[in-house]
Amino acid sequence: MAAPTPFVPKQQVIIQPAHFGAIIDSLREDGFQVIGPTLRDGAIVYDEIEGEKDLPIGWTDVQEAGKYRLVPRGDKAWFGYNVGPQSWKRFLHSPLQRLWAAKRNGQDMEITPEHASSSKRAFVGVRSCDLHAIGVLDRVLLDGSVTDPHYAARRKNLFIIAVNCAQAGGTCFCASMNTGPKVTAAVDLRVTEFPSDTDHHFVVEAGSEAGAQMIESIPRSPADKVHHRAIDDLMEQVAGQMGRTMDTTGVKDLLYANREHPRWQQTAERCLGCANCTMVCPTCFCTTVEDVTDLTGTEAQRTRRWDSCFTMPFSYIVGGSVRPGISARYRHWLTHKLGSWWDQFGSSGCVGCGRCITWCPVGIDLTEEVRAIRETSAVSPPKAV
Amino acid sequence: METQSLEKIVREHPFFEGMREEHIAVLTGCAKNVRFEVGEFLLKEGEDARVLYLLRAGKVGIEAHVPGKGAMQVGRVGEGDVLGWSWLVQPYRWHFDARAVEVTRALELDGTCLREKFEKDHELGYEVLKRFVAVIAQRLEWTHMQVLDVYRNG
Amino acid sequence: MILETAKEGARLMRDPMVPECLRISRVVRETHDTFTLELDVGERSGGFSFTPGQFNMLYLFGAGEVPISISGDPGEPGRLIHTIRAAGTVTRAMASIQGGGQLGVRGPYGQGWPMEEAKGHDVLLMAGGIGLAPLRPAIYHILRHRDWFGRVVVLYGTRTPADVLFSRELEKWRGRLDVSLHATVDRGGREWRGHVGVVTSLLPLVKFEPADTVAMLCGPEIMMRFGARDLVARGIPQESMFLSMERNMKCAIGFCGHCQYGPSFVCKDGPVYRMDQVTPLLNVREI
Repeated sequence: MAAPTPFVPKQQVIIQPAHFGAIIDSLREDGFQVIGPTLRDGAIVYDEIEGEKDLPIGWTDVQEAGKYRLVPRGDKAWFGYNVGPQSWKRFLHSPLQRLWAAKRNGQDMEITPEHASSSKRAFVGVRSCDLHAIGVLDRVLLDGSVTDPHYAARRKNLFIIAVNCAQAGGTCFCASMNTGPKVTAAVDLRVTEFPSDTDHHFVVEAGSEAGAQMIESIPRSPADKVHHRAIDDLMEQVAGQMGRTMDTTGVKDLLYANREHPRWQQTAERCLGCANCTMVCPTCFCTTVEDVTDLTGTEAQRTRRWDSCFTMPFSYIVGGSVRPGISARYRHWLTHKLGSWWDQFGSSGCVGCGRCITWCPVGIDLTEEVRAIRETSAVSPPKAV
Repeated sequence: METQSLEKIVREHPFFEGMREEHIAVLTGCAKNVRFEVGEFLLKEGEDARVLYLLRAGKVGIEAHVPGKGAMQVGRVGEGDVLGWSWLVQPYRWHFDARAVEVTRALELDGTCLREKFEKDHELGYEVLKRFVAVIAQRLEWTHMQVLDVYRNG
Repeated sequence: MILETAKEGARLMRDPMVPECLRISRVVRETHDTFTLELDVGERSGGFSFTPGQFNMLYLFGAGEVPISISGDPGEPGRLIHTIRAAGTVTRAMASIQGGGQLGVRGPYGQGWPMEEAKGHDVLLMAGGIGLAPLRPAIYHILRHRDWFGRVVVLYGTRTPADVLFSRELEKWRGRLDVSLHATVDRGGREWRGHVGVVTSLLPLVKFEPADTVAMLCGPEIMMRFGARDLVARGIPQESMFLSMERNMKCAIGFCGHCQYGPSFVCKDGPVYRMDQVTPLLNVREI
């Protein structure tokens, strides 16, 4: 992983649940649109929240391949779940983005670019895997020779409250991908929640001036070594709980050497080509464009929307699709995610969030796919050093 | 004198490159020099296949007559190439037309004469057939690619 | 704000997805399904500079946007020329364009032909079908600087004589003593005097020094695959062979993900690749 800017705590405090909600209120008063976890349609999704009342307090998610269920936790934990079907991608790299509008005037046409909106927004409850995913998107859409102005604008004025995961989910494998569970990338606030009937509290660490200023106004007590030790112990415990693991040793070369592996065909027999995995993936960035005109033929516009390498039109060139077979499409996706992403952007495209496993309707599990290919590789599998 | 120079031409044609001298002498016995003007047919579909041409200069179009479209060229041979193998295959009839696109000079080898020699000397026959197989394989490969119609629009 | 350092800033100057509107100054019907559009770049300072092999994204109002290689002369940046085959929805709509209207243009994009590497060497260009259009700027460049190169061989294959692009120019080039140009068709009428057969069947007819030749191939992927194999057999090193790949393209700036070819993006790492970079991929199906 290309190293993100590390988190350096400027201030570490204890905040009680009774006061934690004031952070959200305060952000809203400062003009931030606050986006955080909330219950909807039987899942924990990210959406605009008005205050702590919108949070999924007391709920957790049980995840397995092809399975996601919400269950009550039996306590009052605010962040006692893992990740839902959505990622923060939708708020930075919009699923539907108008790019420009065109007007025809006789022989001429005039094109007006869509203004890139950059309102102040706060993300509440960002997990380490998703923070790494934002870093991955940054490398794709900001760090190349060309910058996507819409992503750049949304990426500006962003206040991030990250949460250390206090439990690992059934499909989590961030520990294998070195992307969690502990938040190590720079954020404004890093929160570790210790739910308890008697001593429920949050350890809140400020990583920026804005973050430090934010907790200035909240009732708090200082955190000490005991708390830091508690965080370290918790993180170690969570890292050991991962529902999935993946041996990433030489995985790029492994996949490159196994483009003709029979496993692709076997998996294709199960894969529906539904594109769910790409839609829930926090780093899948592919888009297509749509050009539409009005009925009079004088006004046109172009929009960009999320696309998926699992669709047939994705690879269409005159004559047909380059990847008509599902096996080729699955191979393309997995090889890109874990392999060619390194060649393109200097990091893995997978952050181990497990969403693609959970939300696959037939439960295809990329950790299992990599394992199967490694065990029956056409070339001797790279050994861990 | 005449035989001398004919033998030299047979020996120097790329198709017979590296053949043993006694074989060259036998092949020369079946050979003669021929010349075709532009538009003249070397072979005609359906006619008896009696000869083999080793082209020395010029260009020859391999054609099929397509009703409604006229003559369609589907192949082209020229200097250094060999033309015609139906004299080797029963019932010894040409399957395509071949017509000179440019003034063409060639060695014409009598197919019946060759077959007789090959029957008597299998080593000679095998040597020539090996060369034919290489040519046929190459033409077949090119034909396969033509069949793919790779430049088709859409 | 946090997480982002000085990442965005100066590069936000111009929205890379917004086309520039240019007037169509000339339309030439080339064959039954191909046409050439010249765009007026008179108002741009320095015209429209590009390197041979690069492409633009062309937008036709209301119809959509397509990647089209530039087919004009890089030595004449005052003329921006594209040769297009009416093959899809957008290009078919473009085929009915009359002069005077405007097109949206973004570009130029991509890595072009290795004109610098080819200096001092024999050059062999193998084109198939519409693939002659992306190679024409390279031919213009070579002819403009003819003494920079050794032997120049152009091999061009099409379906039928009616599909031969730029036939008058081809005649002109064929007449030059310092160019060896051969055109071939898969099938042709009796009046066709060029070659008949696949483009690779022209190879035995031409002379070049394989170890000292830079080859550039452009055409259907399968033609390039067979062509490259035969050129390797003739002794041209893979490192001296270049081919232009085609993949679906929506943005041309590496954001849409469509044009991935193995680890690369055709829009920015291609379309022209050195043969040894794609050899491991050429025989992988559906990649």
